[in-house]
Amino acid sequence: MANSTTEKLKAAPAEPVSAMSVIAPALGWFIPGAGHAIQKRWIRGALLFVSIVTLFLLGLAMQGRIYKANSGDILDMLGFVGDVGAGALYIVTLAMDWGQGAIAMATADYGTKFMIVAGLLNFIAVADAYHIAIGKKQ
Amino acid sequence: MTITLSHFSAAFVFATFASIVFGITHKDTTREMVMYGLRCFATFVGGVIVAGWVMWLLRR
Repeated sequence: MANSTTEKLKAAPAEPVSAMSVIAPALGWFIPGAGHAIQKRWIRGALLFVSIVTLFLLGLAMQGRIYKANSGDILDMLGFVGDVGAGALYIVTLAMDWGQGAIAMATADYGTKFMIVAGLLNFIAVADAYHIAIGKKQ
Repeated sequence: MTITLSHFSAAFVFATFASIVFGITHKDTTREMVMYGLRCFATFVGGVIVAGWVMWLLRR
């Protein structure tokens, strides 16, 4: 079992590193869906953009909280990892000092989770853009 | 601007957008994407309804 896995890994050809395999994921992280759009997957890119951006903005409008990198709490750090996946949305939110969170609102916690999930979904979209760029997916 | 969503509408919105992303990223052909997205959406919403009823039963 282990031998066959090792053989498979050895037999797999090395993926060529193209400019697109670097640009598409990077752009896709910064602007959700852009990694697909730059590879002419317009509809997929637009759907990803609308889904991720809407989820993030709804979270913000629900008075969700944005996590920062240096909070010291392990759960906050995990929240930061999720949030940072949203790319430019996260940077703008942080720069504008939005996303302070409203403890008084019951649904604010949903907003916080919406923003984290938007970031995590964008990470999946980034991986997908990379797979398209290296030819693993159409 | 502040938006207040109910528990169900928040779950519905989440299910819609998460299913779109899952469908696009997890499958290869358009048909597979649509079918997988719909299945994810049904699972999310169905799970919410089942969980709601379980919590209702536990509360009694």
